[in-house]
Amino acid sequence: MLGEGILKGLAETAKNFAGSYVSKERLTTVQYPEERIPTAENARVFPFLVFDGKDWESGLRCVACQICEKECPPKCIYIEKSKDKKPDYVGKPQFYPARFDIDVSVCMSCQICVEVCPFEAIKMNTEFELATDDRFGGLLLDRHKLAQSNEYYHKIHPTEAAEVDARLAEEKAKTEAKAKAAAAAAAAKASAAAAAPKPAESATEKLAEPPAKAAESESKQGGGGQ
Amino acid sequence: MSGSVTELGFRLARQEGWNQSPVIERDTDTEQLEVAMGPHHPSTHGVFRMNVTLEGERIVRLKPVFGYLHRNHEKLGEGNSYLASMPYTDRLDYFCSLTNNWAYALAVEKLAGQAVPERAEYLRVILAELTRVQNHASAVGFLIQDMGASGTPLMYAFREREKILDLFESLTGSRMMCNYMRFGGCRVDASTEWLDRARTVVAGLPAFADEFEALLCKNEILMARTQGTGVLRPELAINAGVTGPMLRASGVNYDIRKVDHYGIYDRFSFKVPLGDHWDVYDRFMIRLLELRESVKILEQALKDIPAGPVMDPKAKIRGFRPKPGEAYGRIEAPKGELGFYLISDGGPDPYRYRVRPPSLINLTVLEDMCLGQNVADVVLILGSVDIVLGEVDR
Amino acid sequence: MLERLDQVFVLFKDWLVAFLPASWQGVVGVIICVVAIIAVYPTLFALAVLMERKGLGRMQNRYGPNRVGPFGILQPVADGIKSLTKEDIVPLRADAVVHFLAPVVLVVAVFMGFAVLPMGRNMVLVDLDTSLLFFFAMMASTELSVFMAGWSSRNKYSLLGAMRAVAQMISYEVPLLLSSIVIVMMTGSLSLVRVVEAQNHFTGILPNWYVFTPWGFAGFIVFVIASTAETNRSPFDLPEGESEIIAGYFTEYSGFKFALFFLGEYVEMFAVAGLGTTLFLGGWAGPISFLSWVPSWIWFFAKVELWICFFIWIRGTLPRLRQDQLMNFAWKFVLPFTLFNLVVAAVWRFMGEGWLRWLVCWALVVGVYALAGRSGMRREKIGTRIYRYAD
Repeated sequence: MLGEGILKGLAETAKNFAGSYVSKERLTTVQYPEERIPTAENARVFPFLVFDGKDWESGLRCVACQICEKECPPKCIYIEKSKDKKPDYVGKPQFYPARFDIDVSVCMSCQICVEVCPFEAIKMNTEFELATDDRFGGLLLDRHKLAQSNEYYHKIHPTEAAEVDARLAEEKAKTEAKAKAAAAAAAAKASAAAAAPKPAESATEKLAEPPAKAAESESKQGGGGQ
Repeated sequence: MSGSVTELGFRLARQEGWNQSPVIERDTDTEQLEVAMGPHHPSTHGVFRMNVTLEGERIVRLKPVFGYLHRNHEKLGEGNSYLASMPYTDRLDYFCSLTNNWAYALAVEKLAGQAVPERAEYLRVILAELTRVQNHASAVGFLIQDMGASGTPLMYAFREREKILDLFESLTGSRMMCNYMRFGGCRVDASTEWLDRARTVVAGLPAFADEFEALLCKNEILMARTQGTGVLRPELAINAGVTGPMLRASGVNYDIRKVDHYGIYDRFSFKVPLGDHWDVYDRFMIRLLELRESVKILEQALKDIPAGPVMDPKAKIRGFRPKPGEAYGRIEAPKGELGFYLISDGGPDPYRYRVRPPSLINLTVLEDMCLGQNVADVVLILGSVDIVLGEVDR
Repeated sequence: MLERLDQVFVLFKDWLVAFLPASWQGVVGVIICVVAIIAVYPTLFALAVLMERKGLGRMQNRYGPNRVGPFGILQPVADGIKSLTKEDIVPLRADAVVHFLAPVVLVVAVFMGFAVLPMGRNMVLVDLDTSLLFFFAMMASTELSVFMAGWSSRNKYSLLGAMRAVAQMISYEVPLLLSSIVIVMMTGSLSLVRVVEAQNHFTGILPNWYVFTPWGFAGFIVFVIASTAETNRSPFDLPEGESEIIAGYFTEYSGFKFALFFLGEYVEMFAVAGLGTTLFLGGWAGPISFLSWVPSWIWFFAKVELWICFFIWIRGTLPRLRQDQLMNFAWKFVLPFTLFNLVVAAVWRFMGEGWLRWLVCWALVVGVYALAGRSGMRREKIGTRIYRYAD
């Protein structure tokens, strides 16, 4: 009969009206900023740089390889390499970024910089309330503003951070094992060379090599044991 | 502005500009009135303008004007590497970012001759069908809002859409700009917990489809307004290159999932609904019926998804240089046939990067559908084409 | 005691007027009543606007305005301040005099209608013998202001909206009037006070409202449809079709004039709701005999508020009808049905008391409605469809 659909529609609306007072399903509004929805664990907003330990400057994992700068689609990253080197988490001396700027007003949160970074140095943050009234520099984050500790990374992305830490620890263990093996081989060679009777030049030659090798492996060991 | 004011008539401003259609000065002795609907308009689905010439309430001519959202997508593609273009494809049809990603990944995989692991194919199908569900629900919701029901059904559609977007966020990291497909698979794997949540969401979808269908099928006002308006004859649809739900509502059986057999769609059983009256009502009912078919595909895919890697281990992320050649990859996007045409010259950037936008090509028949209709129907007909300006203008 | 509560406003007015010499008492009494009406209805309008926004919000699974005061109570105050402080833009080529007069005409015509509505026992401003006729004359004058607004703005959208609005309002005037003719037939008087008094009886505990009779119910349905169309409310709000031609005939109005149009539209809603209550729902009469101790004006305003809630409910549910469908509906369905309703009322009158006339009249009304509805849908070729699948 004419009007039946209209009456059904009215009933549906009335059900929603009444339901909005009793059930949460029918009134899904979240009154921001008093209430907030917890962000998903995988949410990505803008990048940040991870540092290990207490001091952000010396603990920065970034070695200024500039891969993320090249791969960034809107080219919002600007990096200047340093002139000197500092040791990284396995002790190898690496460059570090004297300047690492990200313009978050250009950044499109695509996460490609995170994907291509070989050093697990840049990760995605979940902080989005960055509104500012400074048009020109307010959204240009320098490396101090971008640096966040590894504990912070664990807090916002626990599973990912745990995986990254496991991988880095594995890398470190591998390098240490390699260094130990190389040192042991060098020590074995040195003792073998010392024990065997050999002509003077070859002996001095042989004696000249192992100490250098031993010194290098010692420094590696020293760095690895840090 | 030149022109004179007549006592009882209207003066239509003569507008300068190379992209403005010339507006003719008339006074009210003749009966034609020229009205520009948009670009600032609550119902044109984005910045889109239609210059409509009316005689009384009937439309005599309609010229669409677009380009307000042109963002140089194709030229940027030529300057960026293949991987860097992937986040830009999200922003083409910003409602359905995952299907855009898949079409582009398909084109590049054809170009470079890469294979995709099983689990990645299943994940692609699941995400593409979820995208189709939320797009069709929103399209129908927007139609009803354009008709003036002050957004009530739109809110219902958006409730379901929120659940799907939450799924996307926990898997890909972002609700709408997902950037998830890669050449050779998907970026990250989905956990069992995510798959369980997806199953819960999919289990609630048939009830929602029933509610929505009840709203459309029984409401007399809705039926009176949409049945018989905006008829698109099948011959014209085929000649104009219209694809997607619009084509199927005009009775033509052409679904790229069945024609091209891309991905692993051959393993799922689903049907293709067709329309017989070729009007706005058919287009919306086809979308709802396709929503139900997508739910069927989702149930099958979520049940059968195997374990395994989601990325081809030989695929390179950086330094990706496909051999010189060309490829055209197309999929059945929720709006129609979305295709990417790539020419590679061996370098890290494509030589030519071209998008076949379904919304734009479906829009070419807008005038033919609107002639002779009332101006109140133009909004409905435009809503039934279901355009997204990001795709039309790129 | 309850008697005094029922007549509290009348007694208050008498007490105020008693301070003045006898020759002035009549005029001042009327002026006090006019001031009361002008004070009460805009307040109700403010509450209705808030209720509409919150009601629509709840129907759409969201809160309405709730930031301005507790539960958004102060939102109308904020809206009022906003519209008063906005710049009053008059387009350069608009006809300034007519542009200014249009909202004034609307508001004046609409408030005049309240002069004859009985809002409680002995609470009618002017007891005319032809009060129904006067009310309809005032309602028809509002159409003039709509056209004045659209024409004087010299704007395509406004003119389109105005022409649509006038066509719609004229088409629905006729069913509106005819549905109330039935009441006049049965009561035997054009005076609204007599109409309410005729309904103020009870058979057992049930009231004698006209809506419970078959012809009254049919007339009520027609009155609801026609009054929704008269006040340009959804689903008949194509003249102010928000998604199509922005705001129609009041596109070019801003600031206080826009607020006046808005006020005029809502107060017109209250006026037709008041008329509908008086004609069909018993005016200030209570619904059950043992509840007659509740003051009459409370019943009147409660029923009017129910009408307003119903208007809001319809707005949140139904999409808009297109112009030609609207007019088709009016002339090809509603009008013949209303004319047939007169026949039904006559049948009722001449069949005499008893259950037979109830049965016959209900059967006639329901049968003709179903038949006319079905043939109308078939003529327009509207119906549910079955879809085929490709193989």
